[in-house]
Formats: sequence, C-alpha cells, structure tokens
Amino acid sequence: MYNLFKLELYKIFKRPRTYLSFAAITALIVIIQIGLKKDGKEYISFVLADLGNSFEINGNLCNGYFVCFCILQLLLIHVPLLIALIAADMISGEANMGTLRLLLSKPISRTEFVLAKFAAASVYTLLLLIWVAILALFVSMAIFGTDDIFLVKNNYAVQIAKDDIFWRYIGAFFFAALAMLTVAALAFFLSQFAENSIGPIVATMSIIIVFTIFSTMSIPIFNKIKPYMFTTHMVAWKEFFDVKVNADNESIFGSIQRPDKIIKSALILIAHIIGFVGISVYSLKKKDILS
Amino acid sequence: MPEIIKVNGLCKTFGKLQAVNNLSFSVNEGDVYGFLGQNGAGKSTTIRMLLTLIAPSSGTIELFGKSLSSHRKEILSQIGAMIERPDLYKYLSAYDNLKLFAKLSGCNVTKQLLMDQLEMVGLAERANDKVKGFSQGMKQRLGIAIALVHNPALVILDEPTNGLDPQGIADIRNLIKSLRTEHKKTVVVSSHLLNEIEQVATRILIIDKGRKIIEGTTQELLDPNQTVVDIETTDLQKAFTLLSSSNWVNHLQPLIDDKISLTLNKHQIPDLLKHLVSLNIDVYALQQRHSLEDYFLKVTSGNYVQPV
Repeated sequence: MYNLFKLELYKIFKRPRTYLSFAAITALIVIIQIGLKKDGKEYISFVLADLGNSFEINGNLCNGYFVCFCILQLLLIHVPLLIALIAADMISGEANMGTLRLLLSKPISRTEFVLAKFAAASVYTLLLLIWVAILALFVSMAIFGTDDIFLVKNNYAVQIAKDDIFWRYIGAFFFAALAMLTVAALAFFLSQFAENSIGPIVATMSIIIVFTIFSTMSIPIFNKIKPYMFTTHMVAWKEFFDVKVNADNESIFGSIQRPDKIIKSALILIAHIIGFVGISVYSLKKKDILS
Repeated sequence: MPEIIKVNGLCKTFGKLQAVNNLSFSVNEGDVYGFLGQNGAGKSTTIRMLLTLIAPSSGTIELFGKSLSSHRKEILSQIGAMIERPDLYKYLSAYDNLKLFAKLSGCNVTKQLLMDQLEMVGLAERANDKVKGFSQGMKQRLGIAIALVHNPALVILDEPTNGLDPQGIADIRNLIKSLRTEHKKTVVVSSHLLNEIEQVATRILIIDKGRKIIEGTTQELLDPNQTVVDIETTDLQKAFTLLSSSNWVNHLQPLIDDKISLTLNKHQIPDLLKHLVSLNIDVYALQQRHSLEDYFLKVTSGNYVQPV
C-alpha cells in the first residue's frame, strides 16, 4: 500500500492544478495582508467601535496574531473549495481519464486503492494547511509584529496576552487540519459517484454552504439537527481563543473556557472522516467499473 | 496444453439488460484466442469480468487453475491488459506512465526495462514527451507496452486496433503474432472485425447478445472447403442458368441481389474461372470470402434466430 500511496502523491504533485491551489491561497492571504497593512487601523476602529466608548485600548492591535485570526475566519469557505478541487477528483478524475479500469485491473486490492488515495489527498490537505499557517501566521507575525490579541465575541470581548497566543494557534491549526480532512473525506466520498470532478466539487461545496447556513441560523427547527452537522463542529478551532477568567475578570494564562467542546467536536469530525472513508471503501468494492 | 482461462456459466445483468448469458469457454496455454462479436455483444463485459472490474451475476472464472474470486491479486499479477482505448495520464510522459503502471504491476522497474519496452513499441524517441500530444496510435502502442512491461503470462487486448490507421493495424497484428510465437504468451484479443481476428487467432469464439454462438479452432471455423466466391458478370441471369446446368450446381447458392455466390474449396476457384470463360461469360469481379464471414454477418445483423 505504501508503494501505491507514493504513486498517488507523485500523481497529485505532477498536476498543475495542485499548484494552482497554493497560488490561489497565497494570492488571497497576501491581498488580505496588504489591505490590513494599509487600512488596518480603520478596520480595528470599526470592529471596536462599541467598546471604544467604554474602554481605552492601546497597543499594536493590528498585530500578526490578529491578522492571522481574521484570515482564518475569511478562508473558511475558500480552503474547503481548494481541498475539494483535488479530493473530489481522486476517483472521478481517474474515471474521467479512463485510467480507473487500468488501475483496478492491477494486482492491488480496492481497499488499498481507496486508502492510498485518501492518504494522498490528506497529505495534500495538510500541506495546504501548513502553507496557510506559514503565510497567515508566520508571515503576518513578521510583517505586523506581535502583541496581545483583542477579540470581540457576541456579547463579550477577550484579551489574550501575547505570550499566551502562539500555542493556541498551533492547537487551532491542528483542529483546522481535522476539519479540512473532513471536507477532503466528504469530497473523496462523493468522488466515486461521478465520472468527472465538477459534480463532486459542486456537491461538496453545496453541502458545506447549506450546512453552514443551518449551523449559523438560530432557528429552533435547525437547532435540533445542528449537533449532527459536521459544519457545526468545523468552527470549534475558535474555542482555543476563548479563555477562562478569574474573579477579577482577568484572563487566566494558558486556559481554555470549553476544552470539552473542542474534544467533542474533534471526535465528531473524526467519526465523519472514518464514516466517509469507510463507506467509500465499501462502495468501491461493490462497484462495477464501467468507465 | 493446460487451460489458462476456464469460464463456466458466466452471466451478468445490468438492471433488465442481460449483457452476458450463460457463457462458457476455455483458453489453452499458447492460444491466441479471438473473441468476436458485434459492438455491444458482451465482449468487453466478459473481459472486464476476467479482470475483476465487473462482478459476475453468476458463474465461475478460473485463471491459471485458480478461482479468480479467491486468488485475485495473484492472478492479476500474471495478466497484462489493454481495455478498449488506452487512456493514460496526459500530464505525464510516456516513460513516466510506463514506470507508474510497471510499479503498480509489482515489477522490478529499471530504466533499461522501460526503455526496452518503449523501443519494442517504437516510442523510445518520444519517451520524455507528454502523452497529451500523442496520436491515438501512439497511445495504443504505449497501452500495449504497459500491458507487457511486467512480462505477464496472459495478455488481454480489448479492441486493440480501434482508431488505428492501416499501418498501425498491421503493427498490432504482427505484435500479437510475435507474442505467441516468440514470447510464448497466451493472448485473448477481442474485436468486432472477423478479418482482424482470423489473421491472428488460433481459436475463435463468436458471441452475440451475451451468448456463445460458435467456438472452435481457426482451422475448423475457417475451413478452406467453405470458401465463398462472389461473381459479378454482364448477364447475371444467363450466367446463373448456365452454372445451374453444369457440375457447379451443387456449389451454387440462391441468387441474391446482383451477384452469384458459390461455396467451394478455394483450390477449385481457377477451374471455376476457366469454366466461366469457356461459357463466354464476361466476369467483372470474382471475390473470395469465407463462409464464417457470412455466418458472422448473419448472426450479428440482428435478423438471426438463435438455433435451439
């Protein structure tokens, strides 16, 4: 299977389309960074407009950590699209090219085939996320410097000390990796029901958009199904930036307000990944290859 | 000769369509087995079942004396196949495509081996060119190199001459012959063209609507005593009447359309020609074909009623 996995990686990174994703993400992040570099102060003033009347807030608010947080929020839809671009093509692309029948007539089991392909799609997903981390976090830190981060939530604000932030981003990126692997698994699962990648890409994005709308709307009927939708749990990376406070309402260094929420969401996402890949294996084993 | 392929009672249905219906046949070691039938007759479905791409609805398949369902990997490692068009990775070079599939076939890949394969199919000079710029014939040749790179005992070629020019067809024909004679391979080759199959096959199976119509050695099926000769003359009716009253009457077929047809041994053709000349019949054309061709066309024309 390792041999098959290496060959799948080789195919992914020989395709120009793969590098388009990296180029697209670079362009998006650089545009956001240029915008915040030029007009970051105005943006911060707008975001903190209500708090400005009650508090006096000083320091480098538009710092690298804050910029990274903004970028991660804005890329919620874009990164899944770029992941779907490759993951949704893993099997449908082979069917479209006609290489699926050649591959599956070789002495490899279909289970190995699916697992090797998903493993290769996962490596691509993780590399894309590492690239996002390098650009959004490390480059932003270099350009904008570091300071405490000030985040405005629904009905409260959170201030996290500069020395207490970096590990939170490490955690957030690990969690985001899990969320993006769920997207990859969904796109991969849909990939085997089509003979070109357009259908699975559109289907993946439609599911994410519709589920995200359900997840964010506070309508009682949607509230019942929210806990079962993976999109509800994909945004749990933000929990790393919600801290506990002491009696004086000061942030407790190194604390997370709801670690149980992160663990629960991570387990649900892992269950989704296992489910999507498991059904993909079962389904491909039963499938007649007619392409 | 040991049996390399043994298929028994093979059936495949897609919804209400019976694509393969109770098909049984066997292929011996060293055979070039011609699999003949019209488009949609069930040839590709059967071949895909031999390669585990399609699961049979019922029936058994044994290859190399072992059940395909329980020894899949072991069996597939001894098969090289080209199924319909040879679709390859267009963004990779010929060399990279060959290397990739050679590795998947579990073969010990060396640069020399890959270049030898490309040399064999006449693509050594284009080894580093991307496949997207290749013609259909070049892709077909690369497909054959991929099928042969791991030195399989059994080679399965599904419609290998599709889309090829006459030179390409001749090259494939010679390659199939050399696979049998020089490399001692067993070859299964499918086609909808009798002419193509009869030139390379040692045994032939004709299928139609998923059912076996006839199977036998090429010598049996292409019996020289069963040659059909079509004659075109200036006066068809007169020629037919004269031949009907001669010794050739037993060879004469009923008069159809604008030609006279006789079934005879091909060595009798010169005598027939001399006789026509002696009868003062002007012969425009005398064309030899085989009775199997008639049979094949009749079977595959759609007007055929399956014998009980």
